[in-house]
Amino acid sequence: MPSHRMPSEADIISTVEFNHTGELLATGDKGGRVVIFQREPESKNAPHSQGEYDVYSTFQSHEPEFDYLKSLEIEEKINKIKWLPQQNAAHSLLSTNDKTIKLWKITERDKRPEGYNLKDEEGKLKDLSTVTSLQVPVLKPMDLMVEVSPRRVFANGHTYHINSISVNSDCETYMSADDLRINLWHLAITDRSFNIVDIKPANMEDLTEVITASEFHPHHCNLFVYSSSKGSLRLCDMRAAALCDKHSKLFEEPEDPSNRSFFSEIISSVSDVKFSHSGRYMLTRDYLTVKVWDLNMEARPVETYQVHDYLRSKLCSLYENDCIFDKFECAWNGSDSVIMTGAYNNFFRMFDRNTKRDVTLEASRESSKPRAVLKPRRVCVGGKRRRDDISVDSLDFTKKILHTAWHPAENIIAIAATNNLYIFQDKVNSEMH
Amino acid sequence: MECALDAQSLISISLRKIHSSRTQRGGIKLHKNLLVSYVLRNARQLYLSERYAELYRRQQQQQQQQQQQPPHHQHQHLAYAAPGMPASAADFGPLQLGGGGDAEAREPAARAAPQAAAAASPPASPAPASSPGFYRGAYPAPSDFGVHCSSQTTVLDLDTHVVTTVENGYLHQDCCASAHCLCCGQGAPGPGLASAAGCKRKYYPGQEEDDDDEEDAGDLGAEPPGGAPFAPCKRARFEDFCPDSSPDASNISNLISIFGSGFSGLVSRQPDSSEQPPPLNGQLCAKQALASLGAWTRAIVAF
Repeated sequence: MPSHRMPSEADIISTVEFNHTGELLATGDKGGRVVIFQREPESKNAPHSQGEYDVYSTFQSHEPEFDYLKSLEIEEKINKIKWLPQQNAAHSLLSTNDKTIKLWKITERDKRPEGYNLKDEEGKLKDLSTVTSLQVPVLKPMDLMVEVSPRRVFANGHTYHINSISVNSDCETYMSADDLRINLWHLAITDRSFNIVDIKPANMEDLTEVITASEFHPHHCNLFVYSSSKGSLRLCDMRAAALCDKHSKLFEEPEDPSNRSFFSEIISSVSDVKFSHSGRYMLTRDYLTVKVWDLNMEARPVETYQVHDYLRSKLCSLYENDCIFDKFECAWNGSDSVIMTGAYNNFFRMFDRNTKRDVTLEASRESSKPRAVLKPRRVCVGGKRRRDDISVDSLDFTKKILHTAWHPAENIIAIAATNNLYIFQDKVNSEMH
Repeated sequence: MECALDAQSLISISLRKIHSSRTQRGGIKLHKNLLVSYVLRNARQLYLSERYAELYRRQQQQQQQQQQQPPHHQHQHLAYAAPGMPASAADFGPLQLGGGGDAEAREPAARAAPQAAAAASPPASPAPASSPGFYRGAYPAPSDFGVHCSSQTTVLDLDTHVVTTVENGYLHQDCCASAHCLCCGQGAPGPGLASAAGCKRKYYPGQEEDDDDEEDAGDLGAEPPGGAPFAPCKRARFEDFCPDSSPDASNISNLISIFGSGFSGLVSRQPDSSEQPPPLNGQLCAKQALASLGAWTRAIVAF
């Protein structure tokens, strides 16, 4: 769904999220807007538009703000969107920028009442002298209208920048994490939250790590994980204590001393953590790898996949141009058999955990004619070069795929490439394996 | 790992990043600044260890000439041979890191040694910074190097909005491994250090500029003190340095007294060149930073 406007910074997509059924897909951008796509039901009348996504609703979620006390501008960029499990006809989602989380309710209106006694069609009061009889208003069908309204605003909970939100499986609470703290909120209560993790040192000079991502366990409402800039994961149990500064489990892999460099700390920082759908595993992304961790083993990940190891010798230039600070996300497919993450040059990578095969694909207009099959790409690092290979030096580091999402049940993926959203479907293998 | 940048360039690039992060929209990103501070630390450790390697090598050469004794220490151990270093101090006279001047001058400190007034520029690195073997050998630099940076910074806690003045650890050049810290001036010299007792050694100007009482306090970023005789630190700083503390804890005043960009008036009491508009010349920036190693930790402080 390419943007038709002139590309501007505000259009850069900053988060992508399917809802729990996969019927809806929400994107947030740097300009504070949320765009929701809905999957068209497959119909015999229009077989070509089977299951494609169309724009369902667009609204402005956050506006730029100014913190007068600290003389700080607060960016309107949407950092994360999380859908609430659907409990009635309406859909709800949480969207957050650096400081404020908002709960939005999305409702449909496809009927409207007609035949009021006191008001006319435009809503103006009728001249009472013209009213001679009473009528009962009836609901008449109308064009579908999607209405979005902010139902809650969870403000002033965070001093530092919010990096993640996660809805609890209890459907009543959710957590929000910033660099140093994690707060627990009740979805219905906006004027207070509970602080459940606080890693701020007494003296800020002693700060050595920050929280980079966090997520609730998909089934156990008392468990959550948070990742740190030092590359470690901490699993916390809210039943153990009110303040979960002490972790129940600490997952970290000792550093390989032969890989030590100026930038070791940067590339080991975890940019994203995701529980598997089963709840048994966790997936983490750092600058060069994705790792699968088994909740039962803290000493090291059970699987490590190289995303773009050819960048290891380029870390200096990537530090200079700030690319080394890019925060890539990662995703599981519905059956937890394939993991996906983005890279540079609008490439994204998929790793099949069972077959151990991996593929590199590109999200670009040229290679993405509708219904065209994506061609696997390859980055060559010297040595033999095949015809369509891209050399490391010709990679475009301004084209980065930071945000990806996988449909919860089907082989449909959403890829955000700067200001463009690509949705790919695997029609042949639409069943998850 | 191929690295086209040497430690000095990395330091100046990192400082520039920290500086520009102050003006970016949305406020200072704590995570990014923390990571940049790690790069700064790593680069500085390499720079220091290279410098000491060079100094030590020259010391050994001189000793060989003078005493005709074989060098005791392997080059490899240089980074750790802190106790041996101070013995050279007397020979070297005032040691300074990187004058604010001379990007090209690479006069070894040894030549400046006889003249107390000579301004020593950083010696040429004995091994190119990009030599992975070397810096891996020297890395991680031990806490012996005492990478504390003595400085006072005024910080504002973002949460409590309490303003406090924090005194960091103390930057020793190379004698911290010794229980008798020469920097403290009056400690009894350890074995092998007899000649260095009372040696006139210059601190990194960044340290003393915080202490208004220091007689040779210089402005940060001002002309590097031109070889004025070293005056031992008046304050007993030794207690600030805990040799027993873990390397991580003693390492580096990491980042981070960060607060919003509005409090530029509040922070450091001293005029700090790194707070002023940074020189666009990266080299100059690095020189200044290295000349006064307190600068970079202060640069990380938001304002």
